Amino acid sequence: MNIIITISLTAFIVLYAGLFKANKALLPLTVVGLLTALGFTVGAWNGNAVHFGMMQTDNFALAFSGVCIVGTLLIFLLTQNYFHAKSDNIAEYYTLILFALAGMIMMVSYKNMAMLFVGLEIMSVSLYILAGIRKKDFASNEASLKYFLMGAFSTGFLLFGITLIYGATGSFDLDRIHAYLIDNSIAISPIFYPGVILMMIGLSFKIGAAPFHFWTPDVYEGSPTLITTFMSTVVKTAGFAAFLRLFAGTFAPLHDFYVMPLMVIVCLTLFIGNVTALFQKNFKRMLAYSSISHAGYLLFSLIVLTKNSDNNVFVYAAAYTFASIIAFAVLILVKQKTGSDSFDSFNGLAKRNPMVALCLTVAMLSLAGIPLTAGFIGKYLMFLNVMQEYQTLLVAFAILNALVGFYYYFKVIVAMWFKDGDETELSTPAQYKIVLLISVLITIVLGVYPSIVLNLI
Amino acid sequence: MEQLLLLIFLPLVGAIITAFAGKSAKIVSTVISIASLALALFIACNFIPNASTQFEANLPWIADLGIRFHAGIDGISMLVVLLTNLLVPIIILSSYKHDYKNPSAFYALILFMQCGLLLVFTAMDAFLFYIGWEAALIPIYFICAIWGGKDRISVNMKFFIYTIGGSLFMLMGIIYLYLQNPAHNFDIQAFYALNLDNAQQGWIFWAFFIAFAIKMPIFPFHTWQPDTYTVAPTQGIMLLSGIMLKMGIYGVIRWLLPIVPAGVQDWGNLAIILSIIGIVYASIIAFTQKDAKRLVAYSSIAHVGLISAGIFALNQQGMQGAMVQMLSHGINVVGLFFVLDIIFSRLKTNKIEDLGGIAKVAPKLAITFLIIILGTVALPGTNGFIGEFLLLMGVYNYGIWAAAIAGLTIIFGAVYMLRMYQNIMLGKTNELTITFTDIKGTEKLVLYTICALIIVLGVYPKPILHLTEASVQHLLEQVNQKLNTVN
Repeated sequence: MNIIITISLTAFIVLYAGLFKANKALLPLTVVGLLTALGFTVGAWNGNAVHFGMMQTDNFALAFSGVCIVGTLLIFLLTQNYFHAKSDNIAEYYTLILFALAGMIMMVSYKNMAMLFVGLEIMSVSLYILAGIRKKDFASNEASLKYFLMGAFSTGFLLFGITLIYGATGSFDLDRIHAYLIDNSIAISPIFYPGVILMMIGLSFKIGAAPFHFWTPDVYEGSPTLITTFMSTVVKTAGFAAFLRLFAGTFAPLHDFYVMPLMVIVCLTLFIGNVTALFQKNFKRMLAYSSISHAGYLLFSLIVLTKNSDNNVFVYAAAYTFASIIAFAVLILVKQKTGSDSFDSFNGLAKRNPMVALCLTVAMLSLAGIPLTAGFIGKYLMFLNVMQEYQTLLVAFAILNALVGFYYYFKVIVAMWFKDGDETELSTPAQYKIVLLISVLITIVLGVYPSIVLNLI
Repeated sequence: MEQLLLLIFLPLVGAIITAFAGKSAKIVSTVISIASLALALFIACNFIPNASTQFEANLPWIADLGIRFHAGIDGISMLVVLLTNLLVPIIILSSYKHDYKNPSAFYALILFMQCGLLLVFTAMDAFLFYIGWEAALIPIYFICAIWGGKDRISVNMKFFIYTIGGSLFMLMGIIYLYLQNPAHNFDIQAFYALNLDNAQQGWIFWAFFIAFAIKMPIFPFHTWQPDTYTVAPTQGIMLLSGIMLKMGIYGVIRWLLPIVPAGVQDWGNLAIILSIIGIVYASIIAFTQKDAKRLVAYSSIAHVGLISAGIFALNQQGMQGAMVQMLSHGINVVGLFFVLDIIFSRLKTNKIEDLGGIAKVAPKLAITFLIIILGTVALPGTNGFIGEFLLLMGVYNYGIWAAAIAGLTIIFGAVYMLRMYQNIMLGKTNELTITFTDIKGTEKLVLYTICALIIVLGVYPKPILHLTEASVQHLLEQVNQKLNTVN
């Protein structure tokens, strides 16, 4: 509870600070607020408290809250030089991001379907606005509208699913639903099954899994890059945690029933994400499609449920989040300099700023899943997970997709190191340096010595 | 244990130092690589050539996943470790006349790769092996793609996708073995002790074999190789052909044969057939090459084909031959590419028809080149002879027809190699080659060292044979024992 209260309070304080034109104080306030929230997260570790029967702050929730808060913190640090001097809605940016974060904390710690819905909506509504916050930018407007329509649509699916499950069990409480499934394992109400499928569709929309991914590339491309960073990393992580809590926990007795549709979703997600990413000429769009493919790998943990499934997702999501933050941070820098986010604008980056190029290289290696980076450990855990039931064909399919992935991630590396571009200097603001350094450090430490996170949850 | 850890991580530390050494990177990396060589020689002197694993390091690493930092050296490892640590200083020295842009990165990558290679050659834990396998690939990708010739980007991408694709399938096989192992770890002895049925062994064989076959490369997995050799910088080719190729051969010996002997029994015939096709096919293509570098690239495929045929013949001679030939081929091929690099750096061409008569203006180069060529074509008294002789004997014990066809490699090899020598070195000088200057400085040092090795190993190969004999015998016994229990 403390975590949500702190974040929400910070949001209000920041809003008022914006009202009094204290623009310089916004970032320090936010950082202090988030660090406090992080402190509460760490402090509550192993506490496993249930709040009003609605929220459960177990280690699962705390671990994912931690990733979300740290991720958001890093993204806030990227706001340096991001807003134009004239922009008068900086405080709103901050507040909305913080509200979205509060929603995410609910999503990762819900114990009641109602809280899932509330959390999801707090997050989504904030994001609808954030996507379109550049009022005069046509692409931003389009992104916002598209996101809103698709989001509302998916919320409908989700709500319908929740309703059906309520109809079958008479409860929103996850434990009660779980108990119902176990007690009535032979005679589960026929309306429960469509409920599960509808919820699966609703959540697949949110995490951008195929075939419910169509909004992702346009929204990611149209939104301000900072917001895209937020959406494709932290938001996605929270969505996954919510997905996992429901399907790996509550619906686990129905695993045999939902595994087939899930398998279809996984294969489609991997294939569509990777193959379309391959043909992108725009770095931002490539990241959008590749984020779809990562959703596919993440769903691996639901195909075979083991006691490690939670932790596997945690490691993968952390690896993906920090690598993506590096990628987007560098993208913001490059775009500010060149005005374009195509692959070509990365040409010769290694000459202009070798440190940034090196950081982005590490990020790309991690996203591609090369050993000694966090991304490899994440992928390895996912493969290990499904191999436990010897789903060798699925792994072979995933390997072929990973090969496609190597190709497009290495396009960036090729552009930076092997191609000649213009020689203009690319300077890195101090806060960007901090973000890049922290993220690279996490990526490499998790890759070389993953033991620190392997049995966290 | 400390020696082994020092051996593995000295190049890594060296790589980090070199990366910040700026202009003196050349010197720093040379010093470090020579120190590694000294260390390897020290270890070799203290190595007792029996079948046991020595200098073992067994430290906890990722305990939750059953992964340990477990490495050690037996006779087979010792040989390839020596080869690696011998060739890296030679390769670094051979680069002295080049002024690569950004030298600190270049030499740091070479040393980083050395660390990965040493991990591969000493790993006793499958996960560690895989990490080393990939850690050796990334630096060579950057070396070839940054400092390579034209078309390097697409060619290297092909090389990279090919090799990493193979290794991912190997990873799948490793995970499978890990799950089959009741102790849930990656220890090599536990993998050896697994009792898999024939069907399981069959597909594990393929999961590993594809990775190894691409690396070696065996026909038809070789298509990345000639292109990559053409565009890569010379030092990159030397690393690829001199050492990296041995990763595949070593992998077959260390991991494939003892873990899935029944799989090898079922599919080994196919592997031998592919190898032999590779020998003939590569030799024929080598004939028609106009570019000397490509010719040597194809000849390398032919030689490797013979080595892999010898291994899959599953007998002592073939295996010992493969051991010696790994060493000899590494030395010879680095020598060949170095000579071609010297020619290219002076005349800007490696086209055979443009050259000729170099022997007249550069007698020292001509002599050393001749010795290297004779070593390559396996003249008795050179290092190539021992290996090829044993290999052919091994293949002969497997099947007389196989040996008859595989033996063609020697005849073919002699023909295209000597013809290349004739066209480049002998005859009349032309406008281009008249300006050629003889070797000097580090070029002399490198070539004389290589020639000395060729002759010494050719005349007195016993230490090398002795070094590996017990380990090879032990390995074959293990394989046969396991086969008997399955059948």
